Amino acid sequence: MNAPLLFVDNLKTWLDAGKTQVRAVDGVSFAIARDETFALLGESGCGKSMTALSIMRLLPEAGRIVAGSVELDGQDLLALPEIAMRTVRGKRIAMIFQEPMTSLNPVLTVGRQISETLYRHTALRGEAAQARVLELLDAVGIPDAKARCHDYPFQFSGGMKQRVMIAIALACEPDLLIADEPTTALDVTIQAQVLELLRTLQRDHGMAVLLITHDLGVVSEMAHRVAVMYAGEIVETAERGEFFANPRHPYTRKLFASLPGAVRRGQPLEMMRGNVPPLDSDFVGCRFAGRCDFAWQRCSEEAPAWTEVAPGHAVRCHLAAQPADVGPVMEESLDGTASVGTAPVGTASAVHVRLHPQGVSPPRAAAELLARARKPYPQHPLLLDKAGGLLEVSDLKIHFPIRKGLLKRVAGHVYAVDGVSLAIRPGRTLALVGESGCGKTTVGKGILQLIRPTAGSVRFAGEELTGLKSSALRARRADFQIVFQDPYSSLDPRMRIADILEEGMISLGTASSPAARQAGVDSLLRQVGLSPDSKYRYPHEFSGGQRQRVAIARALAVRPKLLVCDEPTSALDVSVQAQILNLLKGLQDDLGLAYLFITHNLAVVEYFAHEVAVMYLGRIVEHGSVEEVMHAPRHPYTRALLSAVPVIETGSKREVIRLSGDLPSPSNPPQGCHFHPRCPHVMPVCRLDYPAATGFSATHGVRCYLYEGSPGER
Amino acid sequence: MLFKPVLLWTDGLLWLLLALVGLYAWRVRRREHLLQPWRRLLRSRSGVASAMILLAFVAVGVLDSLHFRLPLDKQAGAAERHYSPEVLSVFDLLVGPLRKQAEKTYSAPFATRLYAKETIELPDGRQLRDYPRLKYGGAHLSDPATQQAGDIAAIALQGGVWALVAGWGAALALVLWLARRRRVSPGAAWRLIRQGGDEIPWRTFLGTVAMLILFACLAAAFSAKYHIFGTDKVGQDVFYLTLKSIRTGLMIGTLTTLVMLPFALLLGIMAGYFRGWVDDVIQYVYTTLNSIPGVLLIAAAVLILQVYMDSNQDLFDTVAARADIRLLFLCIILGITSWTGLCRLLRGETLKLGEMEFVQAATAFGVGHFRIIARHILPNVMHIVLISIVLDFSGLVLAEAVLSYVGVGVDPTMQSWGNMINGARLEMAREPMVWWSLAAAFVFMFVLVLSANLFSDRVRDAFDPRMK
Repeated sequence: MNAPLLFVDNLKTWLDAGKTQVRAVDGVSFAIARDETFALLGESGCGKSMTALSIMRLLPEAGRIVAGSVELDGQDLLALPEIAMRTVRGKRIAMIFQEPMTSLNPVLTVGRQISETLYRHTALRGEAAQARVLELLDAVGIPDAKARCHDYPFQFSGGMKQRVMIAIALACEPDLLIADEPTTALDVTIQAQVLELLRTLQRDHGMAVLLITHDLGVVSEMAHRVAVMYAGEIVETAERGEFFANPRHPYTRKLFASLPGAVRRGQPLEMMRGNVPPLDSDFVGCRFAGRCDFAWQRCSEEAPAWTEVAPGHAVRCHLAAQPADVGPVMEESLDGTASVGTAPVGTASAVHVRLHPQGVSPPRAAAELLARARKPYPQHPLLLDKAGGLLEVSDLKIHFPIRKGLLKRVAGHVYAVDGVSLAIRPGRTLALVGESGCGKTTVGKGILQLIRPTAGSVRFAGEELTGLKSSALRARRADFQIVFQDPYSSLDPRMRIADILEEGMISLGTASSPAARQAGVDSLLRQVGLSPDSKYRYPHEFSGGQRQRVAIARALAVRPKLLVCDEPTSALDVSVQAQILNLLKGLQDDLGLAYLFITHNLAVVEYFAHEVAVMYLGRIVEHGSVEEVMHAPRHPYTRALLSAVPVIETGSKREVIRLSGDLPSPSNPPQGCHFHPRCPHVMPVCRLDYPAATGFSATHGVRCYLYEGSPGER
Repeated sequence: MLFKPVLLWTDGLLWLLLALVGLYAWRVRRREHLLQPWRRLLRSRSGVASAMILLAFVAVGVLDSLHFRLPLDKQAGAAERHYSPEVLSVFDLLVGPLRKQAEKTYSAPFATRLYAKETIELPDGRQLRDYPRLKYGGAHLSDPATQQAGDIAAIALQGGVWALVAGWGAALALVLWLARRRRVSPGAAWRLIRQGGDEIPWRTFLGTVAMLILFACLAAAFSAKYHIFGTDKVGQDVFYLTLKSIRTGLMIGTLTTLVMLPFALLLGIMAGYFRGWVDDVIQYVYTTLNSIPGVLLIAAAVLILQVYMDSNQDLFDTVAARADIRLLFLCIILGITSWTGLCRLLRGETLKLGEMEFVQAATAFGVGHFRIIARHILPNVMHIVLISIVLDFSGLVLAEAVLSYVGVGVDPTMQSWGNMINGARLEMAREPMVWWSLAAAFVFMFVLVLSANLFSDRVRDAFDPRMK
């Protein structure tokens, strides 16, 4: 490694919050070499974005850097006057933000926005600048750059906007690119495109990249070195290979263990107790001690020092300083993660035994884990077998009219859902997978009759719901409920938890007397792992994960048979996601609930679902049991989707199918197969008609011309 | 009976409004999340100071809204008691002499003589053209030219002493109350107040109260002997008129809100919640209403009412009742022309809330539309309602002044700042100028509107969900 380009030493950034100081960044040190991608990994609120903003000196008004130094090429950035800092920003350090929708100025053409940077930092003017803009747009893969540089941001899709943002960042060929969650707001297939682009650009230009992310998969695909942040500190740093092969800090290991995936099917995910400690307090011991399974007395008394466990691999943990080597155990556990099929049931106990030779803390988690580990799920055939289904949806169509003009005449339709059929049996989980905008949420709402379908039938326990009058529908509403994505907007901020939980019981008359309702509220809260005392509190007093528990309890209050879970974990951190998934799994086992699990997270599907249906532009393109769809995908879209998911792999590089372009507009779907403009196997026939269904097994079906007439091949 | 209570229309509505405010306060007391913005409000200095000044104005307005008629002296042989046609308020009794001590015509503040020369007949029969002595203002002085300065100093001292006593009394009461409330010794409570250690800026609070007390004491001490703001054309004390105008201003500012609120809430939430044709109809209505000039509508309505009242004289038994109906009507017509702004805001907010997932969750439970509106939408738009009420208040007080000045405002017999300005406008042009009516109305209105604006600024900050 050559001399580092960026050297951050003991950086401390505090935020004023009334009378207290929030120590958002508390003594962070790292170095980034030229042509290196350095990933800063952490959950929300751990201070990773604040670190980036401190380097750029773009802190919010309440924030200030109280100590430390940031050196770029030997120059102390914190000592520079603001006027000199302006020449650093954009020219030497560039930044791209998470939300491409709000990072571009909507009233300027993208060409103008790129050339703005050029005018500020270079001598290029007029024709030359224009040529450079086109060159940049070409470099980030925007087709027909010449025409598109006069377009406004709203004429670009999300992925394209992020490309434009990257073009702006690259305009002056910066030495360092800070990418703050560059792909979090994007779909997997688009994420794959953008990550690929970033990787290529980084290699070609020899840039240093500071990648900020919460996604272990992205880290594994992109980073050369990794640092894990927790509660304002870096707790572990290592080379990528070493990091994934041999994580040392208990927090890092918990993060790995709480990732859902096929390997962990049938077992509960590892959970972290409690929450991140508030950052306005003084820390005496280790910040993770309160949630750590291995913590002992020393951890709460003495802050752990940096310990180098291997060349380039350092950990802030008392365990690492101990002579007992835990390396092999961790390798074993990670083999389980990486290679499909091994069940790492025994590892947890092994870790405990090895880490606690003196038996300081009882290895309770291990015993619990073993006790609760469940056998792999038996094969349940017949996804689309209508008989015995709790919910049967056939040919569901939901079209939204587009009205135009003074008289609001219907000028067209958004074909949000265009002929979806599916069935769910009691106690089973059907995952509905697709990118944003494919209509999966609309399917959920259409099933619940929150949006009245345009056509098709929704039969619940044999009864047709679509034609029901609202009074008759109300009588059935107790049977199917919904859990929403965002726990912050799904609970009324002005109501107490008890009132929130009671609402459904009162409305649907499931509990008549106030006393019965109160008892119901208590038992519901216990069921979702909250204390009954919390019923008199308001939603804002709870964390995101706890709020999602309340939302689940609210849905359970009327004892439904089917729960539509609309991305219930995508707004949550990995460790909290594990808690919610475990909760949902436990409830399914105890209550025999059926789930329609709407998600874009394929790892969750592999862990959680029994059957999978893949949706593309309002239609289901492939369905089958989770083994069939996940391990033997047939439809080119499913294959591309699966391959685009960044995974943690230490071994061989898999082949990634890159899809070109974006999801077409559902108001004007392509003629023929909806997928043909992006399909790598497109044939002339694909452009004519929508393909019919082809079955491979009783459960596995696909709509694609590749398999027409030859089921079972390829 | 000693007196006959009179409940004017506006009085009734004011009490209704106070009852609603009381109900709201009672609700808020038990709900932490509703209490929090108010706590934030109390923590800001300008919030506390402006709230105290507003409270003083409201106190005057409320006292002035307890109306009654005093009995006339019983005439021999009359079977029943007759009551005076003059409607008085508790406030009138409190300020007592101010109301009755009318001079002949204009006199300057603190003057002892009239502002216009008159021919005075001397006891010896000679006639002299001079400024005659006032009947009440400075009447206790035998030689004003030499005695007045000393007298004013003595009265100021007297008022100052009263203020000192009352001020220390207030401070002591606050210390004792705070000591009990915070469970500390009175000494500690005093230090808390002086050093600003408490979350509520007690120093500002005490300072504002002290200033109000000082003003009240000085005004009370002086107005017993002098006309501190002079007298108007018919010799009425301008200070009294100004104080009486407070009620008119407050009524316009608050009752208009009461009238406009149902329109804005109902129509705004309906438009946002039901959408479709309901939304279209409501939007067309308020767009149309908004495009008619408000002054035109108000002038037309007030003139029609005036014609009606003139032809139905017997409906109103007192002058006050007549004036009151006109005030009420003005509030109604102002309310009808001013609900569109809030309605539009509420429609937008409801559109947003209707898409929120907690509303959809309620729909999934089969909760009815009315219940969803009452339980989920209404509480979540209340902060907007509150902010816009407080913001509108000062605008309405000013609107009254402008309308009365134009001549379509309150009844000419009713004391209001607008009428005072209207009466003073011609006198501004004469030489020597009569400036005190206008100045008094201006100062009081300015203080009220300024503190209302400062208060509304703080309310907006405290209730804005984006501010933490």
